[in-house]
Amino acid sequence: MQINNGLVYLIALPLAGAIILLLAGRRADKWGHIFATLMSASSFAVGLLQFSQMLARPAEERAVEQKLFEWISVGSFQVDAGLLLDQLSICFVLLITGVGTLIHIYSISYMSHDKDRRRFFAYLNLFIAAMLLLVLGNSFLNLYVGWEGVGLASYLLIGFWNQKPAYATASKKAFIMNRVGDMGLSFAIMIAFATLGTVSFAGIKEAAPNASTASLTAIGIMLLVAATGKSAQFPLQAWLGDAMAGPTPVSALIHAATMVTAGVYLITRSNFIFDAAPTAQLLVVIVGAITLLFGAIIGTAKDDIKKALAASTMSQIGYMILGAGLGPVGYAFAIMHLITHGFFKAGMFLGAGSVMHGMDDEVNMRKYGNLRKFMPITFVTFGLGYLAILGVPPFAGFYSKDMIIETAFNAGGIKGILLGSAALLGAGITAFYMTRVMILTFTGSPRWDEKAHPHESPILMWLPMAILAIGSVTSGFLLSRGDTLVHWLEPLFAEHGEHEELLKPIVVTSLALLMVAIGVAIAFVKYSRSEVSDTAPEKVSLLTRIVRRDLLQDDFNEAVFMRTGQALTSTLVKTDEIVIDGAVRGIGSAALSSAGALRTSQTGFVRSYAALILIGAVALVAAIWVVTQ
Amino acid sequence: MNAANYLYVSALLFTIGAVGVVVRRNAIVVFMCVELMLNAANLAFVTFARINGNIDGQIMAFFTMVVAACEVVVGLAIIVTIYRSRRSASVDDASLLKR
Repeated sequence: MQINNGLVYLIALPLAGAIILLLAGRRADKWGHIFATLMSASSFAVGLLQFSQMLARPAEERAVEQKLFEWISVGSFQVDAGLLLDQLSICFVLLITGVGTLIHIYSISYMSHDKDRRRFFAYLNLFIAAMLLLVLGNSFLNLYVGWEGVGLASYLLIGFWNQKPAYATASKKAFIMNRVGDMGLSFAIMIAFATLGTVSFAGIKEAAPNASTASLTAIGIMLLVAATGKSAQFPLQAWLGDAMAGPTPVSALIHAATMVTAGVYLITRSNFIFDAAPTAQLLVVIVGAITLLFGAIIGTAKDDIKKALAASTMSQIGYMILGAGLGPVGYAFAIMHLITHGFFKAGMFLGAGSVMHGMDDEVNMRKYGNLRKFMPITFVTFGLGYLAILGVPPFAGFYSKDMIIETAFNAGGIKGILLGSAALLGAGITAFYMTRVMILTFTGSPRWDEKAHPHESPILMWLPMAILAIGSVTSGFLLSRGDTLVHWLEPLFAEHGEHEELLKPIVVTSLALLMVAIGVAIAFVKYSRSEVSDTAPEKVSLLTRIVRRDLLQDDFNEAVFMRTGQALTSTLVKTDEIVIDGAVRGIGSAALSSAGALRTSQTGFVRSYAALILIGAVALVAAIWVVTQ
Repeated sequence: MNAANYLYVSALLFTIGAVGVVVRRNAIVVFMCVELMLNAANLAFVTFARINGNIDGQIMAFFTMVVAACEVVVGLAIIVTIYRSRRSASVDDASLLKR
C-alpha cells in the first residue's frame, strides 16, 4: 500500500485549532471563530487534495497509509498509530470537513450573541479532529480513540449551556448511554485480539476466513452494541432526543450528519466480520428495522421541532443500519444514504436553527405558523431538504432510500418481505411527520406570541443552508448515476452474486411513492384543513400518550436499569459499610482492647520485672530439663 | 570432699540472691543480691572446672568478675544519681516509665 505522509494534516489542523483556542482563553475571543473556521476549511482543502490524488490512481492503488508512531509494543501485541485513507474513509473525510466547515460558518452568526463562542468553536474543532481520527484509524484501537473523542466532544457540546440543569443532565445521559456502547467496542477489540491476535483492519480481514464463526459472531454482536450506542439505535436510542439540548449547529453536525453515523461506518468498515457471521448480520438488520419504525413513530408526536428532527435522524440511521446489515449488496447503499442524509438533515437542522433564531429560541412548532412569509430562504432550503427526506424524485433521498428498500425486499424469503415492508411503512410515516413539521412551521395561521418578530437570518446563516440544499437536491442523482458510488466502494467489499428480484425496481419505487403520498395526504387532512391549536391537545388516546412519552423508552430504562442499578448500589454500599468496614473496624478495636488488657501487666516496678524474668528463666530451665530427661 | 557440695552451696547462694532481688526494695541491697547471684555462678563455674579437670570454668569466672566490676561501676553511679534526685534508694519509687 502506498505511503502518504500528508494524512496527518487532516487531523492535526483542527486539533491544533482546538488546542490553541482552549489554551489562549479569553484572549482569543475576538478571532477564535474565524481561526477555527479556517482550520476546518483547510482540513477540507487537504481532504479535497487527497481526493483528487486518489482519483488519479487506478482503483486497486487508491488506498494510502501513514504510520505515525509505534504505539503499543507488548510481546506479540503490536499496534502502530497509523492512518488509512481509502475509498470509504474519503467519503467520510469530505462529508465531515465539508459539512463541518459549512456549520462552522453558520455558527459564526448563530452563536454571535454567546459570550462563550470561542469555547464553542474550540469544541467544534475538537469534534472534527476526533471524528477524522475515527474514520482514518487503520485499526480498531485507533478507531476507538476517535470514537471516545467524538463522545467527549458530543458531551461537551450537548452540555454547552450547562448552566441549565436539564441540559447538563442531557449531556450526562448521552455520555453514559454512549459508554454502554463503547464497552461493546472495547469487548469487540479484546475478543478480536484474543481469537485473531490482531486488531488492525487489514490483519483481521486476513485472519477472518480462518477464524471460528462463534468468535466472529461474538465480535460482530459487540460491534453492533457499539454501533447502537453511538448511532442511537434500538435499544440504546434514548439519548438522542435529549441531546437536542445542545446548540442547533451541534445537532446538525454531530447529532445528524456525522457522529451518529459512526455506527454505520463501523459496521461497513467491519464488513468482512459481518459477512462471515450471519447471526450478527441478522441482528444488524433487525436493529435497523426496529429503529427505523421506532424513530418514525416517535417523530409523529413531537411538537419540539428539533426533537422531531432528532427522531427522524434516528429513523434514517435505522435505514442505513438496515442497508449495512444486508451484506455486500447493501453497504454502498447505506453509505449513499449516509451522505445524502448528511446533506438534507444537516440542512434541515440549520433551517430549524434559523427558525429558532428568528423566533427567540422558541422550539414548539405549535407556536409557529405561516413562517414562509417571513423566512422565504429558510422555507425554500428546508423545503428542499423535506422533499429529499421524503424520497420524492429527483431529490437525493429518492435514490438512496429507494435502493435500501429495494435491497431489503430482495434479501430473500420471509426476511426480505418483513424488512421491505418495515422500510416501506417507515417511508410512509416519515412522509407523515415531516409534512406535519412543514405544515406546522411554515403554513397555516400565525400562532406565535405578540413579542416575537420573525425575520430571515443573515447571509452567514442562509448561505450554508443554501449549499446544503443544493446537496440535498443533487447528491443522490450524482452518486447513483452510473452507480458511481457503488463502483467507487466496490474494491472494499466482498463480491455479491446476483439476487433474485422479489419485486421489480419500478414496483418498489411506485409502492414507496404511494406510501409517501398516503403519509403526506394524512398529514394534510389532519393539520392543514383544520386550525391547529397552539397547545398540545390534552384529550388524546392512550397510544398517542405513549408515543408522546417516546414509546416509554425512558420509563423502561428507569424501571429496568436505573431502579435495579440503584438497588444494587445501595446493597453494595450497605455491604461495604457492614462487612468490609465492619471487618476493618473490628480488627482495630480488637487490637485496642487486647492491648489494653496486656498493658496492665506492665506495672513499672523493677522488682516485678525481675520476678517475671526469674520465673521465665526457671520455666525455661525446667522445660529443658523435662525435654532432655 | 564431694565436689557436689560446692554446687549445693552455689545453688543456695543463687536462690538467696534471687529472692533478695525480688523481695528487697533498697537498691543497694538489690545490687548486693545481684552480686551474690553472680558469685554463685562463679562458684558453680569453678566447681565444674574442678570436676571436669580443665580450666574452661575458671576462665569464665574471670570474665564474670570483669563484667561484675564494670556493672558495679555503672550501677552504683545510677543508684547515686537516683538518690540525689529523688532522695530515695527504693527501687519501687523509680517507676516513672510506667504509663
